[in-house]
Amino acid sequence: MKILITLQNNDIAPRFDLTTEVLIARITRGKISGAPRTILLPGPSSDELCSLAIKEEVALVICGGIEDAHFQYLIWKKIEVIDRIIGPAEEALALAMVKKLQSGAILRTRPDRSTTP
Amino acid sequence: MIHGTDRNNTKHETDHRPDIAAKIHTTVPAPTGTGEAMNQYPELLEILNGVPHGIALLDQDFQIIEMNRFLEALTGYSGEEARGIYYDFILRTHFQQNSHFLRQAGETGMACNTEGDILGLNRKKIPVRFTATPILSPRTGQAAMVLALEDITAIQETRAGKKEIGPSKGLLGHSPKMQEVFELLPILAHTDSSVLITGETGTGKDILAEAIHHASKRGKYPFIKVNCGALPESLLESELFGHVRGAFTGAHADKHGMFQLAQGGTIFLTEIGDLPLPLQVKLLTVLDDREFFPLGSQKKVKVDVRLITGTHRDLRKLVGEGGFREDLFFRLNVLRVHLPPLRERDGDVRLLIDHFLQMFAANFNKNIQKISPQALQRLTKYRYPGNVRELRNIIEYGVNICRGEVIELDHLPPYVLDEPLSPPLSRPGTEPSLPIDRQTDAAPNTQHPAANSHKGVPDNAANWSDIEKQNILGALMQSGGNRSEAAKVLAWGRTTLWRKMKEYSLA
Repeated sequence: MKILITLQNNDIAPRFDLTTEVLIARITRGKISGAPRTILLPGPSSDELCSLAIKEEVALVICGGIEDAHFQYLIWKKIEVIDRIIGPAEEALALAMVKKLQSGAILRTRPDRSTTP
Repeated sequence: MIHGTDRNNTKHETDHRPDIAAKIHTTVPAPTGTGEAMNQYPELLEILNGVPHGIALLDQDFQIIEMNRFLEALTGYSGEEARGIYYDFILRTHFQQNSHFLRQAGETGMACNTEGDILGLNRKKIPVRFTATPILSPRTGQAAMVLALEDITAIQETRAGKKEIGPSKGLLGHSPKMQEVFELLPILAHTDSSVLITGETGTGKDILAEAIHHASKRGKYPFIKVNCGALPESLLESELFGHVRGAFTGAHADKHGMFQLAQGGTIFLTEIGDLPLPLQVKLLTVLDDREFFPLGSQKKVKVDVRLITGTHRDLRKLVGEGGFREDLFFRLNVLRVHLPPLRERDGDVRLLIDHFLQMFAANFNKNIQKISPQALQRLTKYRYPGNVRELRNIIEYGVNICRGEVIELDHLPPYVLDEPLSPPLSRPGTEPSLPIDRQTDAAPNTQHPAANSHKGVPDNAANWSDIEKQNILGALMQSGGNRSEAAKVLAWGRTTLWRKMKEYSLA
């Protein structure tokens, strides 16, 4: 299965519709298979991001806030969405792989200083 | 949705509030401000909680020190959870990494405001006016920022010239049954009693609940919706009533429940029939006493919240089966509204088709003007087990699929075409205007060559199906039984003709 994570530097992007970078990791037998790919998008667009998730046959999307229309669309396309996640993408990926990531989770109490402007 | 720019910023003299700043900075070590100050001065937080706008207190690195309850309800995070986190991760503003607006306020020492949006807990974009006011401690000179968020949805709608189409925002209907609901709405809004909304799935229970909230005196306070069927019992209890740190494994911080987040406003518990029995007892207690114990807490929490519930189940039957407490049923069933299924709403299908067609065409930047008479006929005869939600999805599908200006039968989802037809929902003469080809709708036999070929459409044709069947027969006769030619005559695709012939047992 593939997991797509919206990125803002090393963190999960606060908003799906404003995301310009995503990480796609392939999970095989509970482990990351190969190097996760980082894809830079030409611009922020929820529609394009949904298309990318479908094209890449992603099974799980991990993101920050996402509008309900796009959330429902992904669900309709049988893509699981865990939203409202705050924290480093790497940590979110690790938790998702062991099925311990829940919507609304804050994965750290203090932000990485390098990610703030 | 309008994304604000700093061009709209206005400045005015800062209200420096030295007392508050001093209180904060006497206890908050820079630069990692904490909520200790607020803990030591709970009256400050109480003051902020009384304001019907979102308010966040940020440190000089724009990390959250504290949020008022209104903002907790908007974001879904408690102040304690949010503490120390860069504000944009919590608020999900359109600013993203560009905090120029906040920096400007900090550097100039003057309040700045701008407009934009945030993505709320309910996954909706909320247009917001942000006002950042720097506050300085006169003793230490350390800076903090008060960020106020004012919901400007209504203002933006007025600016955009949008008008509410129905008697209540988001609810549409001209049918007598919906008129009854609309007449009831002001009464429901002007009381604080519990409301039970019943109706099949997709009839608009959520929208009605929100409309009641917005029309009520609690309209400026949060409207919180919780689906009682979406979470297991243990999580639902925490979601509704909150928990304290250490209440269970993984409870790393205190978390306010939805009842607390809805303070002053309305909580809408949808699918109340799915509420587990143990929680029904707790809910009953909350309704009676207006207070409860969060999970693991020894301290009671008082709440002032109006309760609206919704269900597609027959609660009385559930009571009889022992699946729902009778006392809770009576407590919830103070005011009851039943939303009729779409198949019982005469004329509303065409009104809703019109509305959704315009809405999706505008949203998807498509130049779709109308819906063909054949497609319209199919839609008005469909039974809509999923009610308005299903109709909305069908039109969204059609607008997406359609490449031209008219939604044809082929642009409807296949399952709609496969369903057997039911009697028409609309009564002639009662439908509102629609962007359809009226000529062909009203007099289908005068438009197509096939129609001219068999002028003798019987006067006693029972319905559109009979007329259409006659049209097909006429076209086949004209083309000498050649289906391709007949399809051309009818201006249909071959597949459509084949399907229609099968439908009318002509194949």
